[in-house]
Amino acid sequence: MDRMNRRKFMKVSGSAAAVAGIGIEGILAARRAPAYAQGTKLHLLRWNDFVPAADEVLAKQMPEASKALGAEVTLERINANDLQARITAAISSGSGPDIIHVLKNWPHLYEKSLADVSDVSEALGKAQGGFYPAMTDLCKVGSAWRAVPHAIVGGQIAYRKSLFEEVGAKEFPKTWQQYREVGKKLKAKGYPIGQTAGHTFGDAPVFWYSFMWAFGGKEVEKDGKTVALNSKETLESVKFAVGFWKEACDEGGLAWDDSNNNRAFLSGTISATINGASIYVESLRNKEKYKTDKGALMHTDILHAPNPAGPAGVFHLHAPFSHAVMGYSKNQKLAKDFLRWLHGKEQFEQWFVAQKGFSVGSTTDWEKHKMWEIDPVMLPYRTAARAFRLYGYAGPPGRAASEAESKYIITDMYAKAIQGMKPEDSVQWAESELKKIYA
Amino acid sequence: MTPKSRSRVIAGGAGQAAEAARLTAFPREATMGTVARLLEDERVLGSLLLLPTVVLLGLFIAYPFVKGVWLSLTSATVGDHGQFVGLANYVKIWNDSIFQRAAANTFVYTGLATIGKLALGMWLALLLNRHFRGKRLVRASMLLPFIVPTVLSTFAWKWMFDPTFSVLNWSLYHLGFIQTRIGWLTDPTMALGSVILVNIWRGMPFYAITLLAGLQTVNPELHEAAAIDGATGWQRFWRITWPLLLPVTMVVTLFSVIQTFADFQLVYVLTGGGPANATHLFATYAYQIGINTGLLGEGAAVSLAMFPMLFIIVVIQLWYIRRVEGA
Repeated sequence: MDRMNRRKFMKVSGSAAAVAGIGIEGILAARRAPAYAQGTKLHLLRWNDFVPAADEVLAKQMPEASKALGAEVTLERINANDLQARITAAISSGSGPDIIHVLKNWPHLYEKSLADVSDVSEALGKAQGGFYPAMTDLCKVGSAWRAVPHAIVGGQIAYRKSLFEEVGAKEFPKTWQQYREVGKKLKAKGYPIGQTAGHTFGDAPVFWYSFMWAFGGKEVEKDGKTVALNSKETLESVKFAVGFWKEACDEGGLAWDDSNNNRAFLSGTISATINGASIYVESLRNKEKYKTDKGALMHTDILHAPNPAGPAGVFHLHAPFSHAVMGYSKNQKLAKDFLRWLHGKEQFEQWFVAQKGFSVGSTTDWEKHKMWEIDPVMLPYRTAARAFRLYGYAGPPGRAASEAESKYIITDMYAKAIQGMKPEDSVQWAESELKKIYA
Repeated sequence: MTPKSRSRVIAGGAGQAAEAARLTAFPREATMGTVARLLEDERVLGSLLLLPTVVLLGLFIAYPFVKGVWLSLTSATVGDHGQFVGLANYVKIWNDSIFQRAAANTFVYTGLATIGKLALGMWLALLLNRHFRGKRLVRASMLLPFIVPTVLSTFAWKWMFDPTFSVLNWSLYHLGFIQTRIGWLTDPTMALGSVILVNIWRGMPFYAITLLAGLQTVNPELHEAAAIDGATGWQRFWRITWPLLLPVTMVVTLFSVIQTFADFQLVYVLTGGGPANATHLFATYAYQIGINTGLLGEGAAVSLAMFPMLFIIVVIQLWYIRRVEGA
């Protein structure tokens, strides 16, 4: 790889940004790196990626950025579950990382404490074919962008090809009804579908929100105020979930966290589960470690498919990731220059290729990348973001949507019914909780 | 002679002029003399000695508490100081079914865990108070659950309770005790029972070691005399050991109740408050509201809802301890 020098850094980030009349072009015209004071530091806080190779790419990029920017860029990684506690502490004390990796709809949650990064986001969107609408809705609060969309960890159903074929499913079921019937046969053979209905921040909402939308259920109307949960469609979805759970699923899923389904799948106790591609990635990383009960390498028996369709269609709640420049940062301009570079095609591509499809781009151009030709098993993730719908649908993904999600109202609506509450009562309970939140 | 009167004698009389001259020649010594005189005043010295403690308590106890109370009366969110809303946050959580569930869970959790820890801790302390080979090793190893960081030991329990790979279920199944797996963390009642069980396991050594220390202060002659008089083992425990151990027991229980009532790590790691809020406690729900949702005011209100109960417990127990000491 060519060594990155200051001029190349600015050129790459500048061309990616294509910013009119500001920052990068001005700097390029002046043929000079920005005059950041000696000793200036830029602190980036991110989660520990599920794909260590991608974190390694990022770690290598930091010294390059430091050299070219004339400022020391440091990368800190922590567990995703700990990010919100760090953000809260940083905002409350007015000090901490200059850039923080934000998940979900946090740009809405911390709107007042995040710098306006509209110039960076809009330029990047234009340069890379436009952001997926959901990423725009997540990062653009009102008229200002409060975070720069980075990537999406797509959720698809990982399933065991051989087990599905054994029960007569030559291809993955197209509808929830078909999936339930196949799942019933699989459970009878000792290979249930594995799904969490517990309090865990990733897989539980990813599955249950998408499930509800497939049946036509929704939290609120478009106005973002009128609670619309208690509908025929939602009730139907809850009734279906109770049967689906008992007939087709591993009933221990009520207490699963985000890693249980991975362990269960890789040890061969379940036949399918919704997942980022971490199960497949792990089975590739340790090929000899994971085998089927017939002795075949597990990775050769894994395929991915989108959610089945419900009466209303196919929807997915994916895991979106963005970078926010903190309002308290004294290096906001430097932070924006860094993000232009990091999200620019050349740098992002290295990270994107290392992800091997586990994360997809936040803009549509990345669907066309050659990386997708490498492994057909990962292909369903290529277009996964097209079916991306957000918390709080049909309203905006604001604070109320976040409160409902963090209180697990939708997940618990299903969990309560699965535990024996009458579906009508569980929907009514969830509706009353949402009404308090949206009041 | 008090230090004050001694200093007056030194300063007075024929030596006064010479002392004055010396102090003029050495002004620093004159200042030190003033400081020394001030420090000889018991009220000044007492206040000065108390000052570091007051500052520390003020900074780390009083300020966060007052700040917490203030937050609970505002609509503060992360990054926004919010407005004063009076008791609106308290009214909101009072009508919140998840809060009601968390409150009920906290009382059940604290009550059962405290009874369990006290009973088993007492039993263990009585056993360890006897003489047997390897006593020291057993006493040291007994402390392990208390020494190991809670998060680590809770992860170990989480694996033991794992819905799919539970070693407990595997053992019980192969020993022929169960036919189908037990839903340690999937059934709402079992899940609450499981977190209580782990709390008892973790907290029992604290009871045992403290009660053991108390037991060793009980004069063995009392037991010998009672045994000669024909008292049974239970009678000796109930009439001699228990009354003498009561003040220590009350103090241990006081600390334990406070810690258990405000427990967070164990439930956060084991269940995250699930399934369907079956194991939420005040602290885990406060974290969920305050940190995950960013509603600092409401989160503070949930957190402070613990305060009246803890305050009552502390007052009752301190009153009891004072009464016992005064008797």
